[in-house]
Amino acid sequence: MKNLFKLFSIIILIITSNSNSFAAEKVEYLKTDWSFKGLFGKFDRASLQRGYQVYTEVCASCHSMKYLSYRNLAEPGGPEFSEAQAKAIAASFEVTDGPNSDGEMFTRPGKLSDKFVMPYDNVKAAQAANGGAYPPDMSVLVKARGGGVDYIYSLLQGYEEAPSNVSLDDGVYYNKYMYGNKIRMAAPLSDGLVEYGDGTNATVEQMSKDVTTFLMWSAEPHLESRHQMGFKAIVYLIILTVLVYFSMKRIWSRVESEV
Amino acid sequence: MSDHEYRPKSKVGQWFNDRLPLLTLANHLTDYPTPKNLNYWWTFGGILTFCLITQIVTGLTLAMHYIAHADMAFESVEHIMRDVNYGWLIRYIHANGASMFFLAVYIHIFRSLFYGSYKAPREIIWIIGIIIYLLMMAAAFMGYVLPWGQMSFWGATVITNLFSAIPLVGEGIVTWLWGGYSVDNPTLTRFFTLHYLIPFLILGLVVLHIWALHVPGNNNPVGIDIKKPSKDTVPFHPYIVIKDGFALLMFMIVFAFFVFYAPNILGHADNYIEANPMVTPAHIVPEWYLLPFYAILRSVPDKLLGVVAMLSAILILAVLPWLDTSKIRSAVFRPLYRQFYWILVADVLILGYVGAMPAEGLYLLIARVATAYYFLHFLVILPVLGFKEKTLPVPLSITEPVLGGSPNLAAARNKESKIE
Repeated sequence: MKNLFKLFSIIILIITSNSNSFAAEKVEYLKTDWSFKGLFGKFDRASLQRGYQVYTEVCASCHSMKYLSYRNLAEPGGPEFSEAQAKAIAASFEVTDGPNSDGEMFTRPGKLSDKFVMPYDNVKAAQAANGGAYPPDMSVLVKARGGGVDYIYSLLQGYEEAPSNVSLDDGVYYNKYMYGNKIRMAAPLSDGLVEYGDGTNATVEQMSKDVTTFLMWSAEPHLESRHQMGFKAIVYLIILTVLVYFSMKRIWSRVESEV
Repeated sequence: MSDHEYRPKSKVGQWFNDRLPLLTLANHLTDYPTPKNLNYWWTFGGILTFCLITQIVTGLTLAMHYIAHADMAFESVEHIMRDVNYGWLIRYIHANGASMFFLAVYIHIFRSLFYGSYKAPREIIWIIGIIIYLLMMAAAFMGYVLPWGQMSFWGATVITNLFSAIPLVGEGIVTWLWGGYSVDNPTLTRFFTLHYLIPFLILGLVVLHIWALHVPGNNNPVGIDIKKPSKDTVPFHPYIVIKDGFALLMFMIVFAFFVFYAPNILGHADNYIEANPMVTPAHIVPEWYLLPFYAILRSVPDKLLGVVAMLSAILILAVLPWLDTSKIRSAVFRPLYRQFYWILVADVLILGYVGAMPAEGLYLLIARVATAYYFLHFLVILPVLGFKEKTLPVPLSITEPVLGGSPNLAAARNKESKIE
């Protein structure tokens, strides 16, 4: 038993030290309390809804979210807008559909089953409109960055005057959390940029937190059920392990040997 | 293999068994005499079987939803993660399952190294094991390509490019592997095909691995031959079944922790960016379980020699039974080997660490020293140690106390040398 315990601590040590080594080079990110971290972590529903508002009013003018559908906004574990609200949100977008029986493409109001409407038709169009830089799709963005949510949260608040020894080209900005400190996106947030329906004060910090929470959900829409199932699965396994341990002791007591 | 003749009790059973002796096989498997002093390091064979079956079952399910096409693979993975019922669970089990599989196989291999399980008469088991390990690496590498993220694409590019180091025909082979002039859709579809095939090859080899094991029987922590069946053995069922089951459950708790609470910690963030042939990631790193070999590859300045070194690092294991000249199996009775063993473990861990770091400066120097030591261990230290080492007295049987020596020390020695 002692050996077994040692074994598992070694395994965990090796794995954690190994994975930490990937994230070695970095500045210290800003920290905040994420409600979705931890064994029972869940999303803050109000924060998700505010985050969606920031996304759709600010980010969505350049960043697509092509793997999400409007129906996702009403699904459990997400922002949980009512179905009527989600329908209204979808209907506020013009969706290109077709071809119709005349062979023509046409536009119609969005439906729940539609994917999020993209700001640009294709990558080239997005680059042309943004000085050659492609605003990345945001569906899985937090999983596609080493620092995850802390990185995005910090980046949004990391805009500063460039130090005097750094020269910036036109359309390039200084951000202390960006890799190489140079970013092609202008500071997207400023205090009071959006007006929250629930009366929350729309500071840059608040909006950063809300939109990052929203991005975490968009990258991991089943995070809540994963945490819930994980807890049950592990409790079940532990109970079963204890029962099997005592059965094993009982069975091995028939022979003169240690287990 | 059972010493006694087995006969099913029922008439139907006898009729069937006379035509296809499946019941005899089942009886052999349950009665299989196993040394009763096996410790928990011996439970990883069962754990590995579990890993293989888990990978096959989750993999089959994923294959029903995955689309092997360069334009659709990434999207189909997101479809699995979002819209397929419990698709996220299946994919996370499969992705983390690969890591768990390698974790278990490394423990299994290092257990064998410590207790000398590769020595006569178990060389064939060992060699089949090395082939399984090679196939596992191939399967894991190709599986990592399938989501068609940035690391998939560039990992595939780096690894397939290794073949271009072969003189004269190298370039041609790479084009042939790619099915074109770069990693593209034809590469993806053939990797998917092979990724689907290899696990079943592994399954077949696992059957041979176990068959070959059941001929001489298990080695054990004392490393001496034992009479089977005897006071030193217990039947596989229920004793080993329940013990393996207990260890498997412990393993599953660790597994579940990764799947449910840290499903992406062992992967690379760049693989959530769709493959883009025009953008190269800053650092291209393989999955953690391939890092020691990646470090060996990069520590050699010449491309061809680097590939040769990397392959030799794995293939050298296949001739290990003949490189290790010691007559004593278990490191318990080999005080010097025991120390070199732990140095080797540290060496491989160091190689894994520098494999994840950029190949420059101090990291490169450490990688070179560690690579040199790796080969030194197998090519020089092990052969010499067998002749020079003063081993401790080995007990006559495992029921005798291990410490304090055996009353018939000379006899024990005699017996050991006769075995070899």
